[in-house]
Amino acid sequence: MKLHEHQGKDLLRKAGVPVPVGRVAFSVEEAEAAARAVIEETKNETVVVKAQIHAGGRGKGGGVKVVRGVAEARAAAEKILGMRLVTHQTGPEGKVVRRLLVEQGLDIARELYASVVPDRERRRVVLMLSSEGGMEIEEVARRSPEKIRTRAIDPAYGMRPFEARDLAYGLGLGEPATGKLARVLQALYRVFVAEDCALVEVNPLVVLRGGDVLALDAKVNLDDNAAYRHKDREALADPTEEDPTEAAARAAGFSYIRMHGDIGCMVNGAGLAMATMDILKHHGGEPANFLDVGGGASQEQVAQAFKVILSDPAVKAIFVNIFGGILKCDVLAEGVIAAVQEAGIRVPLVVRLEGTNVERGRQLLADSGLSIVVGQDMDDGARKAVALARGQGA
Amino acid sequence: MSILVDRNTKVVIQGITGGAGSFHTRQMIAYGTQVVAGVTPGKGGSKFDDRVPVFDTVARAVAETGADTSCIFVPPAFCADAIAEAAAAGIRLVVVITEGIPTLDMIAVRRLLDEQGVRMVGPNCPGVLTPGECKVGIAPGYVHRPGRVGVVSRSGTLTYEAVWQLSALGIGQSTCIGIGGDPVGGIDFVDALTLFEADPGTDAVVLIGEIGGAAEERAAAFIREHVRKPVAAFIAGVTAPPGKRMGHAGAIISGSSGRAADKIEALRAAGVAVTANPAEIGVTLQAALAARPAPRRHVEVRRAPAGRPAPRKAAAAGKTAARKVPPSKKPAGARPKQRPGKKGR
Repeated sequence: MKLHEHQGKDLLRKAGVPVPVGRVAFSVEEAEAAARAVIEETKNETVVVKAQIHAGGRGKGGGVKVVRGVAEARAAAEKILGMRLVTHQTGPEGKVVRRLLVEQGLDIARELYASVVPDRERRRVVLMLSSEGGMEIEEVARRSPEKIRTRAIDPAYGMRPFEARDLAYGLGLGEPATGKLARVLQALYRVFVAEDCALVEVNPLVVLRGGDVLALDAKVNLDDNAAYRHKDREALADPTEEDPTEAAARAAGFSYIRMHGDIGCMVNGAGLAMATMDILKHHGGEPANFLDVGGGASQEQVAQAFKVILSDPAVKAIFVNIFGGILKCDVLAEGVIAAVQEAGIRVPLVVRLEGTNVERGRQLLADSGLSIVVGQDMDDGARKAVALARGQGA
Repeated sequence: MSILVDRNTKVVIQGITGGAGSFHTRQMIAYGTQVVAGVTPGKGGSKFDDRVPVFDTVARAVAETGADTSCIFVPPAFCADAIAEAAAAGIRLVVVITEGIPTLDMIAVRRLLDEQGVRMVGPNCPGVLTPGECKVGIAPGYVHRPGRVGVVSRSGTLTYEAVWQLSALGIGQSTCIGIGGDPVGGIDFVDALTLFEADPGTDAVVLIGEIGGAAEERAAAFIREHVRKPVAAFIAGVTAPPGKRMGHAGAIISGSSGRAADKIEALRAAGVAVTANPAEIGVTLQAALAARPAPRRHVEVRRAPAGRPAPRKAAAAGKTAARKVPPSKKPAGARPKQRPGKKGR
């Protein structure tokens, strides 16, 4: 689960990481009031109005404005709120801005980068620090990997003060900034562990002229598997950031991701679901979606998944590719039949079944009287689905 | 021959009385697996299906039955504890089926297992199966047939698909391992390749990877240096959009790393036969087998890269003492090139 910048900063602030003075605003009026309050508190006319969406690259897309005074802040808010912000992470369709963060302007001396991530290879939580703040870390990794310093943290002890100092002293910031940076790094690790994060990224982490160290941005992703031990998480979710179909699928217990093609897919297992999209593409087709009905899908879930696929108007054919392990083929067949009988079907349907109770599943489909094209195997099914989506007979 | 599990493997099921645990315990028994015990705290003293003794603790189960391998179906919130319990009780191989364990839990428990020299398969995986001998996990047994090809995969159903293709071609398997799709887990591709390369019962390996992480790239580097047996591969997710989560926690592409194209290129450069068509995994392996002669079986060739004793010898000996030799303890320098201190994602 992704958090907005202002939510991430709330978590950081609670853990002792300094963040700029700021207020969240959901309307132009609230933004104006927020600017007034921030200026009042900081005695500084310069404020920054920042779009809050679940994507990076907001500045380049016009979603961040540095302004002077309340009137200018209001004007910036009018411009940004409601705009469709397109960045390299949103895709061409962009994201509508529904909330803003209004923050104090700061006198920045240096921009750094810091993040905390789980490292698969080292099987540790790793702290990453770079002198190159403000640009994408992937870019830094490509161009000057020597400027990225990492430290893997032993879970049994947590991040110890000397480990933070080892990282911080490498940057040559002088005092008091280095000492402050080391404390910030430790706090970032504490947030990661305490909140069960998947990512804590501060880019840039800034050093002010006076030597203070602040998180100017905050990108925090939470580990969904740990949601059960954080009862307050639901309040942090922003349903407007999610594709409503994908959210509905998740609520029904399966995972669906819309793609841009015209062949709907229903598969069990994430790996096979990806492979099914790949084979469609391999044969010249375009998948309309990724859909993993999961291992132990019920008949109702299968029917639900079917409806979700059909809700996409671009779908011209459906390919059901099931290798029944835990999910039994007869259960799948019953779900497909129920869904087709209930909702009707306007496009050709290709079903490939293999695995547990496959004979019963095939028999059920054959006896249903529905017009279903049988895929003899994965390849045959994919070829037929591609042909049918093109309006050719299989 | 086989790796990790065989007809002598004695399995304890943690979470035997739960829904998935009981269903798959019956499947494992039907396959011929020696399920010697079950563990559910509070239900010790009872019998599962009137035949498998249930204990309150793994320590008790091991002491009474000599179980050496655990299969875990415990819910995610209690799973890390169940894994640690198995390790503390002297289990040599822990197979974790449970899906949805927090990453921080896995980081902590993996550290513990490494310290104790205990191997883990999973979590969030179908388990391990040696055809005709032993199934530990949830893979459908009937798609497998005994033979000499090792299969290692990050996926579940896609593994069944690949095994099915092999079996349909008359190509049997030595052992099939689903290593799971989570970011932090147990045995990885390099570990599995090490075992298969050293196993005299394995002639070739099928490797099934997917987008996210760098495990396939590390496998490629390892194959180039240490694997003489033919390897065929498929990488799922060529069509996956960047930045989207495709079910598995592992299947996340971010930035330039983790893409299917990069993995395919790395594997091809290492001499692996990579197919772009998931329906042709079986024939790709068949062609790779035909193209390369069976490997010379010099003992030193097998041992040099392995660095770890094959665990099944300990199991075959059937002695508790044998388990004291940690099978997955990493000797210094066993894998010099595969653990670079590179950027952390």
